[in-house]
This record gives sequence, C-alpha cells and structure tokens, in this order.
Amino acid sequence: MEDLDEIVREFLVESHENLDQLDSDLVALEGSPESRELLSSVFRTIHTIKGTSGFLAFGKLEKLTHAGENLLVELRDGRRSMDLPTTDVLLEMVDGVRSILQAIESTSTEGDVDVAPTVERIRVVLEQRDQVEETPVPDPTPAPEAPADPTPVAEVAPPVAEPVAAPAPEPAAEPAAKAKAPRKIRAVKRPAAAKAPAAPSVEATVEPTPEPTPTPEPAPVAETPAAKPTPAKATPAKAAGNESAGEPSRSAADASIRVDVDLLDALMRQVGELVLARNAITRLADDSAGSDLVRASQRLSLIASELQEGVMKTRMQPIEHVWSKVPRMVRDLAAACDRQVRLEMVGGDTELDRSLLEAIKDPLTHLIRNAIDHGIESAVDRTAAGKTAQGLLSLRAYHAGGQVVVEVTDDGKGIDHERVATKAVEKGLRTPQQVAAMAPAELLQLLFLPGFSTAEAVTNVSGRGVGMDVVRTKIEGIGGTVDVDSSVGKGTTWRLRIPLTLAIMPALTIVCDEQLYAIPQVSLVELVALDAQTNESSIEYIRSAPVYRLRGDLLPLVDLREVFGSGPREEGVRTVIAVLQADTQRFGLIVDRVLNTEEIVVKPLSARLKSIGLYAGATLLGDGRVSLILDVQAIARRSMAGEIGEAERGSRASATVEAVETVQVLVAGVGDGRRVAIPLSAVTRLEKIPATAIEHAGGREVVQYRGSITPVVRLGSSYGMAVAEDDELTVVVYTRGARSVAIVVEEIVDIVDDDAAKHYDLGDHGLMGSTVLKDRVTELLDIQSAVVAVDPYFFTDVEVPSQHGPLDPDDINSPAAGRGALVGV
Amino acid sequence: MSRQLATFVLDGAHYGVDVLHVQEALRSQVRTPVPVAPPGIAGLVNLRGQVVLTVDLRVRLGLEPLAPDAEPMMVVVQVDGEPVSLLVDEIGDVIDVEDSQFETPPDTLDGGLRDVVVGAYKLDRGLLLALDVDAATAA
Repeated sequence: MEDLDEIVREFLVESHENLDQLDSDLVALEGSPESRELLSSVFRTIHTIKGTSGFLAFGKLEKLTHAGENLLVELRDGRRSMDLPTTDVLLEMVDGVRSILQAIESTSTEGDVDVAPTVERIRVVLEQRDQVEETPVPDPTPAPEAPADPTPVAEVAPPVAEPVAAPAPEPAAEPAAKAKAPRKIRAVKRPAAAKAPAAPSVEATVEPTPEPTPTPEPAPVAETPAAKPTPAKATPAKAAGNESAGEPSRSAADASIRVDVDLLDALMRQVGELVLARNAITRLADDSAGSDLVRASQRLSLIASELQEGVMKTRMQPIEHVWSKVPRMVRDLAAACDRQVRLEMVGGDTELDRSLLEAIKDPLTHLIRNAIDHGIESAVDRTAAGKTAQGLLSLRAYHAGGQVVVEVTDDGKGIDHERVATKAVEKGLRTPQQVAAMAPAELLQLLFLPGFSTAEAVTNVSGRGVGMDVVRTKIEGIGGTVDVDSSVGKGTTWRLRIPLTLAIMPALTIVCDEQLYAIPQVSLVELVALDAQTNESSIEYIRSAPVYRLRGDLLPLVDLREVFGSGPREEGVRTVIAVLQADTQRFGLIVDRVLNTEEIVVKPLSARLKSIGLYAGATLLGDGRVSLILDVQAIARRSMAGEIGEAERGSRASATVEAVETVQVLVAGVGDGRRVAIPLSAVTRLEKIPATAIEHAGGREVVQYRGSITPVVRLGSSYGMAVAEDDELTVVVYTRGARSVAIVVEEIVDIVDDDAAKHYDLGDHGLMGSTVLKDRVTELLDIQSAVVAVDPYFFTDVEVPSQHGPLDPDDINSPAAGRGALVGV
Repeated sequence: MSRQLATFVLDGAHYGVDVLHVQEALRSQVRTPVPVAPPGIAGLVNLRGQVVLTVDLRVRLGLEPLAPDAEPMMVVVQVDGEPVSLLVDEIGDVIDVEDSQFETPPDTLDGGLRDVVVGAYKLDRGLLLALDVDAATAA
C-alpha cells in the first residue's frame, strides 16, 4: 500500500508539471498550429497521463485523457488543424484532468468530477470534423508536418521517459497510424524534402518500423531497438534544434532526483548557522597569532562559502516555473477582456530562490491582469490610435546588481498621471495642493497607495480597488521594490526588483553609540568619511537641517544618533556618511564608524519590536552578539517626514517660480559665511550708507533715504546672526510704489541666474528653500516675509488717507510686487 | 484544582508564572539594546542561535529599572509561540498551588501592577503573585 501511495504521489507531481507545460503548449499551438514539436509534446503528455492512470486504475482520468488523445491523434496526423473550438475543448480537458488530479491528491480517489460532458464535447468536435473529413488530406500543407515524424517520437519517447511501465498500447493510436501509413508516404515525398532536409532520412527509417509490429502491443523491446539508432539520434537533434520546452526536463530525468523542499529549507537554515559560526571563527582567528588557526579558518571560510552557494543553488529555480502559467492566463484574460494580445517572454531561465518565486507569483499575476485589462486597449481603439491591433505584453527577467529584475511591459494606453492626480484627490488620498506640487513620476507612485484604483469600471478581472498596494506590500515583504514607468499612449512598465535570496545577505556593519548595526548592502550607494578637520566645514546647515555637498548636489543628512535619541557625539570625532538609497530618495546616514561588510543571516524580529519600524530584522555577529538590521526605507520615511512637510510647502512655493525657469538673483553675504539670494525683481537700488545714519523710530531701525523714513531689515540679525557694526552698511533698497525698505546685508557677491529646477526644499521660516549658486549653498530669501516683518503693510494696498510718518503703513502700494529695477551700486 | 507555578523573586517579592509557559531559566547574557524601543524592553539576546527579546519586568511592575551593572537571571517563557526572556533577580522553585489559595488582587493595588498581576496565592511563607505573562510581555 505504501508503495502504491508513493507511485501515486510521483504520478501527481509529474502530472502537475506536465499539465503546466501542456497549458503553454496548447496556447502556443494555437499560434503555430503546424508545429510538430508542440503537437508531439502535447500528445506525449496526455498519453503518459492516460497510460499511468490506466495502470493505477483511475478510470475517469483514463476515459477523459483517452478522448483527448483521440482528438490529438487527428491533429498529429494532420487530419485536422488546430482551431479555436479544438483548443477550447482541449483546454477544458486539461482542466478536467487537473481537477481529477486534485481530487486524487486530497482524497486518493477520483472524486465526483464528472468527465462525461467534456468527453461528449470532444466527441462532438471530432464528429464535426469527420463530416468534412479527408478534405485536407490531398492538401499538402498539414500533411508534411504531422504524418511521419510524430509517430516515432510518440511511440518511442514514452518508454524512454517512463521507466515505470510500458503504458498500455493505444488502440486508438495504432489503427490511426496504420491507416495513415500509405497516405503519409505519399505526402512526404514532395514537401518534406523541401521543408526539412534532415527529416526525410528519419522518416524513411522509422516509417516501416511501426508497420511490422502494429497488431499486438507495440512490444517496446522489439520495436525500440529496431527504431532506436535513427530516432534516438533524431530526437535530441530536434530538441536542440527548435524545441526547448518539454524535452530537456525529460532527458534530464536520469540525472536529477526529487528532493523534499522542507529538507532544502532545513539545509539552508543549517548553512545559515554555519555561516555565523564561520564568522565567529574568523573573528577569533583574526585576534589570535596562531597561523595554523588562521589557515584553518580561511579554509573553513572558503568551504562554507562554497557550501552556501551550493545550497542556495539547489533552491534556485528558473522563473519559467511561474511563467509557465502565463500564456494560458493571458489567453483567457485577453478573451475575457476582448483584447488581442501577443505575449513575449524573455529571460525565463533567470533563477530565483524558490520561496521568492512563490512570493512573486501573485504580484506578477496581478500586474499581468492589470496590463491586459487596463493597459492594452481593444483592437478598435488601438487601430484608431495608429497601433497594431494586437497588443504586446512582454515579461522580462534579468539579473542586475545582485538583484533580479522582473519587468511587465505593455504597449497599451499608458497611465495618465493627471488622471492619477485627480483620482487621488477624489479619493481623499492627497490634497489638490499636494498633487499640484508633484512631478509626474511622483504621481505614479500614488498608484501604490491603499484604496487606489483607476479603473473606470469594475470588471471581473480587476479594478476593485485592491491592487497595487498589495503588490507593493508583497514585494516589499520579501525585501524587494516595485516601481512604474509609463508614458501616455505608449505603454507602461512595471518593474519588480527582487533580492536573489532572503536568508543570507551581504550587509555593512556600522557602529553607533557603541552598538553594532547592519545596513543591507543593497541600499548602500557609497561611503563618505569625514575627518575631524573637515567635519565642521563640510556639513552645512540649512537652519537645523544638516546637508552635505556631494559632488555639487545637496545630500540631506540623517544622524543615526538623533534617530535613536542617543546623546550627541563628542566634538571633533571622525564620522562617516553612509549614502543610502531609499525608494526614490537618496540620503546620508551619519554613523560613528564603519566596520566591514559581512554576510549576515536574517533572523526574524519579535513582533513586539516590529511596531517600532526602524529595524528590518536581527542577525548574529561573529562574536555571538545580536545586531539589529536597519530598515533603510523606514528610517528615510521617518526622518524625512518632517522635511517632506516642508518640502511640500517649499515645492508649492517654488511651483510659482518654476514657470520662469531661471530667475536672476542677487547673491549677498549675510555674515558667518551664509549667503542669501534675493530675487532681482525685489532689488531697486544698492546703496552704501554710514552706520551712523541708522536712527530709531518706534523701536525700529530706520534710515532716511531720499527724503523719506525707510524701515531697515537686517538680514543677518533676522536670521539670528550677529552683524559686525561696520562703519559703512551695504543696503539693498526695495521700493514698491511709494514705500521702500532697506535690507542690510554684509556684502554683495554677485548677480547670477538661478535655475528654479535645482532648488532644494530645505529651508526655514523666512526662506523659500536653498540652492547651490557659485558652488555655495545659498538660501533663497522669502522677500515678502522679510519685509513684512518690519513693515506689515508693505504689500497691502489699502489706501489710508492720513499721512503720518513713513513708518506708518499708509502709503499706497501698487499691487504688482517686484517691479523694481536694478539701478546700480 | 492545583497547578504548578515557576517562581522567581523580584525586588523582594515572589512571583509565579504557569510552568507550562516556561521554556527555561538561565543566567543573563549580553543584551543588545534596541533604541527607540518602548520602555521595559531590555534588548535582544542570542539564545543558541535564536534572537530572543528580553523584557525588564521591573519596568512593567512599576519598579525602578534594572541597574546597568546588575546581573539578573532570565526566565524564558513562550508567548504566542515566541520565546520572550524575563529579567528577574532570583529564580525560585516550581511549586504546587491550589485554587483555594488564590485571591484576586486587592483594590488598593497600584494600577500599573493590576494589569500584570492576576492575583495572589496565599502560601504559608507569604504571598505569591501570579503574573499574566501575556500582559507582562506586551509591547
């Protein structure tokens, strides 16, 4: 009984694999109905299942596959060609087989699956054909492919692949073969020679063989040796030549064994432990002087690495395993959504850890559904848009930078980011102001928000509002990322980046506040060491936000100590900036020290600590200590949150500036090496006045300028900086209507073009942001708030009749701000 | 009905947890602190290759947190299928207690304590406070 169960299980496993293959083969067959390879592959699969089910006494299964086989024989023999009803009924049969197999798996019996209707439908299809019988036979087109070749392949291959038992010979196949033999030879004569030069010889040798032994069992012993020399050679040649789907797995059967996945998982865990033990030994050996120990540890290290690699390989599977279901799915979806879709799959041999394969299955399915349902337009729309009626859906997988990238691309209508914005506002996910300030690429990111779906109508395929956020959650759950590119009218590309494996990953170990932490290497872009001398000068502050100029670009900095709320580090200590990439943003994490890169084994973190959201897991270091793995994305999100708010404000402000790509600004020093940029439109004159000219009126500093009392704005002091009491003050006069203010700066540096696109949103009250001008971080002065601080009515246009002192807010102001013209120094 | 409690001493008082919860008791090990963790989380320890969370029961019980140089003992308990290590002063015996000896905590008990102490067993040598492991280890 045990043995039988074993056989049944083998049968199930193998049949499931074969069925997946069958699905793709059948759909492929529809595209190229004359492919002998595909036909033989399909036939072989069904034949094998039928044979084994007869052997194992699964009557229904046998009956169903038998009916299917009858149909396939006709196809194979070229008496019918593949058409839609045939494919449908064959797929239905495959589904039937699948449900029976499922029943067998769960109950060990065939269950109550009713095969009769399917069998009946197959019979109907067969009979329909019979009415128009024989018509294609004289027609040379279907004949050349099918006739001669499949027969030997079908007859010979099963015994080779199926060491179990010679499946009961086919009563159906046999007469068919016999009946056709004469016709075949006739047909072969002409076109085969022209078509495939290699084929005729095969056919010639094989053709006679079935004939001597047609009546009883095809006696594998007798037949195979006879036929062997030629077909044995011919089959591999063909396999190498133009068929890659079914053949290799079969011929590889002898060279591979099935291994329980649990066993592999256990092995992987143990290798993980070994890697940790290796790390420990390496650390000990480094500390000791004994050269023997060092040598032994190096050897151990080498072996452990190789073993780790080997075990990891055993868990690797080509992504094809997931893709094998795609052709069928695409076919069904395309039919359901009334689309014409051509599927292209590139890089199916890209390998991934099987647990990851499992995890990307659903997201991938989702993306494909989306691409067909929302991406690719109907044939009519496509033609109207000047595209081919048939849409293209392509799946691509490839290795890039220690990750596997899987792309799902369609050439459909693309995603309109404007509509995404509208939708996000409609659903209350973002405010209109927020979306107005977002770049198109950012808008597309909104698709990943929970509760977002742009489908206008809910179809049974997709558009229920659960979607991309689930995809993202799943992919992030396995340490991957997902992003999207789209151009309206051209198509959309979804890109999944997935780590090669979950269990072991390279990480950078760093020190912060005496404790060790690990940063996953995938997030690390580069390291910048700051020594004590340059420390002070190279980290610049925009108010309280530290930034670092990395090759001319401002890099926002996050101090890990601040994230952790630990005390400030001592003065003058060397620190390191780890430049990290999180989602779309790049930032520098200031750490105390960097140790080294190490292979770490990710240990799950207690659920109680997950809520903190700073740690991706924990690991054990060489000395046995526990170390936390930092979640770079979470740190970015957490630390940038405050800045994002500001960024939103900033980008809204700069959105108005953006209309005028470049603006001329006056760059002025305001003391302490800080520079501000004042829009030239707010500069009327530059003047030098003696410090003594400053008088006081009502607690404010004023100066007599051109006969009126003008309030003084000290940029230095308003930014909390002490201004040296020079003898002469440099002032920027800003006149608006009849009112003026004098802005005191330390020095005038230059007038430059400022590109609004390069603005950073790092800023503070009174500033609109910052930018790099003439290689220096320069703050963008918010002229309005600076002026209003000393003259609250400067920009109001209220007409007040009585004319008091100039300090009073009575002057009539013209509404157009910034009309001033530069007069000169 | 009687049940078995594993007992330990914390700040002079005796506490007990159901023995079925307890996985093992051992000396304290090097703990890795977890920055930004809620109070009462004393860090992570390496328990034979497994990363285990440790909880400073003193904080949970409203006592002063553990002195940095203290060498507490660890009682590893299973909570929701996950091991959690409790830091205690001293490990006691496993004792049998009767339901008849049990009494719910008096109303005068401090609020914080009331969450984690389900009641007291009146033993001959003093009171044994029964600890609610789930509440005591909840983050």
